[in-house]
Amino acid sequence: MSTLSLTATYAAMGARRVAVLAIGCAAILVSLVLDVATGPAFLPVAAVAKSVFGLAQDRTVDAIIWSIRLPIAFVALVVGAALGLSGAIMQTILNNPLASSYTLGVSAGAGFGAALVIVLGVAMPVPEAWGIPLMAFLFAGIACAGVYGIGQARESSPEMLVLAGIALLFLFQALLALLQFVASPEALQQIVFWLFGSLQKASWSKLWIITAVLVACIPVLVVDVWRLTALKLGDERARGLGVDVRRLRLRCFVLISALTGVAVAFVGTIGFVGLVAPHIARMLVGEDQRSFLPASALYGALLLSLASIASKTVLPGAIVPIGIVTSLIGVPFFVWLILRNRRAFW
Amino acid sequence: MKLTVAGLSVRYGARQAIAAVDLTAHPGEMLAVIGPNGSGKSSLVKAIAGLVTHAGVVAFDGSPLRPERIGYMPQDIGARAALTVLEAVLLGRLGRLGLRVRPDDLAAVEAVLGELDLMPLASRYLGELSGGQRQLVFLAQALASEPSLLLLDEPISALDIRHQLEVMEIVLRMTKSRGLTTLVILHDLNIAARFADAVMVMRQGRVVCSGRPGDVIDASMVAAVFGVEAALSSAPDGRLIVTPLRALAAA
Repeated sequence: MSTLSLTATYAAMGARRVAVLAIGCAAILVSLVLDVATGPAFLPVAAVAKSVFGLAQDRTVDAIIWSIRLPIAFVALVVGAALGLSGAIMQTILNNPLASSYTLGVSAGAGFGAALVIVLGVAMPVPEAWGIPLMAFLFAGIACAGVYGIGQARESSPEMLVLAGIALLFLFQALLALLQFVASPEALQQIVFWLFGSLQKASWSKLWIITAVLVACIPVLVVDVWRLTALKLGDERARGLGVDVRRLRLRCFVLISALTGVAVAFVGTIGFVGLVAPHIARMLVGEDQRSFLPASALYGALLLSLASIASKTVLPGAIVPIGIVTSLIGVPFFVWLILRNRRAFW
Repeated sequence: MKLTVAGLSVRYGARQAIAAVDLTAHPGEMLAVIGPNGSGKSSLVKAIAGLVTHAGVVAFDGSPLRPERIGYMPQDIGARAALTVLEAVLLGRLGRLGLRVRPDDLAAVEAVLGELDLMPLASRYLGELSGGQRQLVFLAQALASEPSLLLLDEPISALDIRHQLEVMEIVLRMTKSRGLTTLVILHDLNIAARFADAVMVMRQGRVVCSGRPGDVIDASMVAAVFGVEAALSSAPDGRLIVTPLRALAAA
C-alpha cells in the first residue's frame, strides 16, 4: 500500500466525519425552525421565516417569535451544546463512559446552590432574578473543585475522581433533601420545578452569556485536542507520550465547571444530554477529539432542541419540563443505540 | 547516543522497587532486561522515561532526557478507546501534530505500519483487534515518534512465536539502521540470548549481573535468579538455547 493509499484512508475517515458533522448541523437547523414554530399556537414555517427575515406584517407573531420562541430555541441549542461538550470532556479525562456532570455530582451541586437561594433567601449582590443562576453556577464550581481536590489524594487517578464524584453526588443530594425537608410548601414547589429543568425563562441576555462561555472554551480545547486523544489510551501511555496528565485534568475540570455551571444555572438540571450526546458522537466519529468534541456539542444541541419541541407537543396545551422529556424520550432511544452498536467501545 | 543511568532508585511508599541501579547502553545496541516478576524491570523503564519519581541520574549523552526523544511502549495493551490504528500510531508523534495532520506525519506512520505489516488494519478500531495486534500497534506508536531511545516493556508477551521473532527482528534492524539505543524487557531467555547485544539481570530491585548474553546467561544464574534448573546448549549457528528442566524446590 502506498503513501497515497494511507493518505486516501485518512482522507476518507476525515470526509466521513465532516459528513456526520454536516448532517448534525442540517438536523439542528430543521429542529430550530420546528422549535420556533411549535408552541401553544403553532406558527407556519413560512410565518417564522418571514419574521426572522423581517418581512412579517403581524406584530403579534413578531413578538412571539423574537421575545419568546427564538431565545428559548437558541438557549436549548447552546445549553445542549454546553452539556454535550462538558460530558464529552468528562468521559475523556476520566476514561469512563458513565461520567457526566449529572452522574458525578456537579449538577447536584448546582441544584443545591439554587435551593439555598430559594429556601434561605441567601442575599446576593446581584438583581434578584440572577441570584439562583449565580449560586447554581458557584456550587457547580465548588462540586467540580471538590471532585478534583479529593481525587488529588491519589494523584488524580480516574478511578479516584469517579469515586469522589459519586461521593459528592450523594452529599449534595442529601443536602438538597434536607433543604426540601425544611422548605415551605411554596419554596418546595419552586425547588422541584427548578430541578425538573425548564427553558421557559430563557432570554437573549442569558443566551449571550452561555454562548460566550461556550465560545471561550473552544481555543483551550483546540490546544489540548491531541493530548485529550492520547489520554483515551490511559494515563501511563499518555504520560509516556509527553502529556502532563495532572495539569490537563485540572484545565479540563475548569472547563467542565464553567460549561456545566452556566448551562444548569439558567435552565436547571438536565441530566441526560451530557451522558448520551458523547455516546452518540463516539459511535458516529470515534474518539479522535478533533471530531469527537464538536460532534458531542452538536448532537447535544440537537437532542435538547428535539426535547424542546417534544416538551411542547407531548401534552396538548401544556409544556412539560424539559428535564423530564429528555429522559423519557432519550432513555429508550439510548438503550436501542447501545444495543445495536457492535463495536467494543465499552 | 549513549544512555547513562547512575544510582537510580524508585520507591512506592514504603516499598523500595529498585535500588541504586547503574547501567550504560550505547547507540545501535539492544539491551535486554531480564528477571523474575516483581524484580523492578518495569519500574526501571518507567524511571528512565521520567514517568515515576526517582532518585539518581538518567542522562542521554550527558544531558537530561527530553520526552520527544523517547519511544516508550508500556506493558498494558488493554486500551479500548474508539480510536483507529492510524490515529493511535499518529499519537506517537504527539508533540508535532497540529489540528491538520501534515503529509510527513502520515508518511512516517505509513512507514512504520508497513514495516510491522499493519497497513490492512489502518482504519480498524483498537477495540476490534486481538491483544497481539494491539501490541503491534503500540510498538508502531513507539517507533512512529522516530525516537533516539526506545524503551519497550514486554513488547512480545501477547504474540505468537512467528510474530515474536518478526517483531524482534524489526526492533533489532531499526536499532542498528537508525542507531537507536534500545532497552527491552523480556521474559523469554532464548529471545534475549538470540537478539540482545547485552543482557542485564535484575532481582529484588537490584542488578545481579550484566554483560554479553553468552557471558551472563548460564545455568547457575538461571537457578539463582529464577529458581529453575536449566540445561544450556548451542544451536548449530552457535546461539545459546536455554531449556528449563524443573523448578528448584528451595527457590
